[in-house]
Amino acid sequence: MTVTLFIPCFMDALYPRAGISMVEILERLGHTVVCPEEIACCGQPPFNSGYWAEARTIATPVLEKLADAEAVVIGSGSCGAMVKKFYPELFKDTPHAELAKQVAARTWEFSDFLVSKLGVTDLGAKFPHKVTFHDGCHGLRELGIHKQPRALLTKVQGLELIELTEVSCCGFGGTFSAKFPMISTAMGEVKCAAAAETGAEYIVSSDSSCLMHIQGLLSRQGKPTKTISLAEVLNHR
Amino acid sequence: MSTFVSDFKTRATEKAGDLRHRSVIRTALRSYEIVRDKRKAAFQSWESARQAAAETKWEAINHLDKHLVALTSKLEARGTKVHWASTGAQAREIIAQILRDKKARSIIKSKAMTSEEIHLNHALEKEGFTVVESDLGEFIVQLRHEPPYHIVFPSMHLTRGEIKDLFQKELGDAPSDSPEELTMVARRVMRQKYLTADVGFTGGNFAIAETGMISITENEGNARLTAALPKTMVTLMGIEKVLPRFSDLALFLPMLATAGAGQPMTCYNTMYSGPRQPGECDGPEEWHVILLDNRRTELLADAEQRDSLHCIRCGACLNVCPIFRNVGGHTYGTTYSGPVGAVITPHLRGLQDWKHLSNASSLCGACTEACPVKIDLHHHLLQNRRNASASEPAFFERLAYQIFGLVANEPVFWSLAKKLGWLTQPLQRAVKGSALDPAKAWTKTRDLPPQPRESFKDWWRNRK
Repeated sequence: MTVTLFIPCFMDALYPRAGISMVEILERLGHTVVCPEEIACCGQPPFNSGYWAEARTIATPVLEKLADAEAVVIGSGSCGAMVKKFYPELFKDTPHAELAKQVAARTWEFSDFLVSKLGVTDLGAKFPHKVTFHDGCHGLRELGIHKQPRALLTKVQGLELIELTEVSCCGFGGTFSAKFPMISTAMGEVKCAAAAETGAEYIVSSDSSCLMHIQGLLSRQGKPTKTISLAEVLNHR
Repeated sequence: MSTFVSDFKTRATEKAGDLRHRSVIRTALRSYEIVRDKRKAAFQSWESARQAAAETKWEAINHLDKHLVALTSKLEARGTKVHWASTGAQAREIIAQILRDKKARSIIKSKAMTSEEIHLNHALEKEGFTVVESDLGEFIVQLRHEPPYHIVFPSMHLTRGEIKDLFQKELGDAPSDSPEELTMVARRVMRQKYLTADVGFTGGNFAIAETGMISITENEGNARLTAALPKTMVTLMGIEKVLPRFSDLALFLPMLATAGAGQPMTCYNTMYSGPRQPGECDGPEEWHVILLDNRRTELLADAEQRDSLHCIRCGACLNVCPIFRNVGGHTYGTTYSGPVGAVITPHLRGLQDWKHLSNASSLCGACTEACPVKIDLHHHLLQNRRNASASEPAFFERLAYQIFGLVANEPVFWSLAKKLGWLTQPLQRAVKGSALDPAKAWTKTRDLPPQPRESFKDWWRNRK
């Protein structure tokens, strides 16, 4: 299969290792990976702030670039939800409405693609550490992804998964983290405290944006817990 | 910036950093979560129950005109006086007029968020009436001259030690901080008030169109006393509280109890169908029901967000909301706080003044998942943001997104932006968190991730 990989803007700039891991995993599974260089962002920041016209300016060329893709794989539940769930909403009653629905139907979040589309859970990875998993809210509640990352993690050799006792948002929320920094920080602190309770060495997530927020707090507060993307764990051998 | 938004930001910043507050609310809600989950599990299928409730509410709201007429005619047939209030001011005037006509001096109230919505106590006290809240939580916040902190748990932000001190100061009696003993103190005070009150005032949880009944749910028996002892009973409720059939209560009563307080059923559920009838030995001689619009019909006209009229005011969305849990109920500055408050307040009190509540969300969706009547809460927050930006765009914010669009759509610019970011990292580290830092909203409490020299796209290009 030819997989069109959509690397979100912050992953491109800040977390290239996560993207590289996805390419390597998909290629090892025998798929052809293409990555349109013109695509930088899905348009979620203006969309979530209410600037839908500005969001369409960014999303329209994305949609056109993805028009012929066999399968679009996005390395983020949040950007995945944007394309899969919110593009049809954003382009409703526009000339791109039909295309938005078609692309949405062919778009997958990375862990969902591996487990639900390809039926793969064991990637031969080794990661001898205690980890906990953070569900990004968009992946969890917009896309209903919960079992998929766990199915993948339980097959990683040496990995011990300890679940968080409470499911909560990390407090990132895109521009929310800058518009209401203290609320966002408080939410992040609650998340970090819950992760610390598990005794995990690493917080793993499908969403690098959540990890950016969590790691930002952990680093500032000098906490020892580390963060790592799911793709990197799955590519660790 | 309006004072509403600056007040919200000031209070939110203060409360979000208040670790004591965070711990009090977390402890209170932790015990709620345990019992709620236990009760949810007692439903054969909580998800099917939610779906059924949402469909019933959809039917009720989409045929509101029909149901309200049926309700009114049934109520009137048994001698109830039904009043219609388009605005809060009208509702206040109707109630004040009833009190004047009855030459009433003191009013005992059971819990009603609609009375908070129309600022009833303040208006009545200004006219010289004595108003006493009989719900224990409401009684406590009334003693503190505070609005309720939460739709269902008005005084959840207070510890029993604080309540003991309050009772000592205001009532001169607080033998210990045991909940039982404190309740007995409140009970002694209140019993006298019931006997001397001229008018009993209640809200309503559900109105049944089929039978012309108003259903009131409570845990303390205070609403029953409020309704039974004074000669005149006044009930204020929003027009959206109507349900088509009596049998709908079989679902809605346990659902409200479960979502709201983790109970199988609330302790007292009473259906009122009229004042004292000939030959009956108790009940009020007169019953006035005021049906309140107060811009609910504007929500009804909004096809996208009409389902927010499904709300049964259970507070489940507040309880799971990480924003509410960190900033607390008073920070909102609204009658209805939490996610549902953030959704409906812009409709009830003006979008531009209250849009900040819709912005103050990470859009995590925990509220939508918790809502027993399936209101699409967090997507309504997005719609409020869209409507607010469309009618009054913020110049610099829109400009920023336009520039971001240019950069994102042009690979050369995007590459340059990444290079610039990488090059300016030492500078960024030097000014981190200071007034000179353009990213200080982030860096005040959080580190920025180090940016690697090679981006993903650089790697991809080099590899090819």
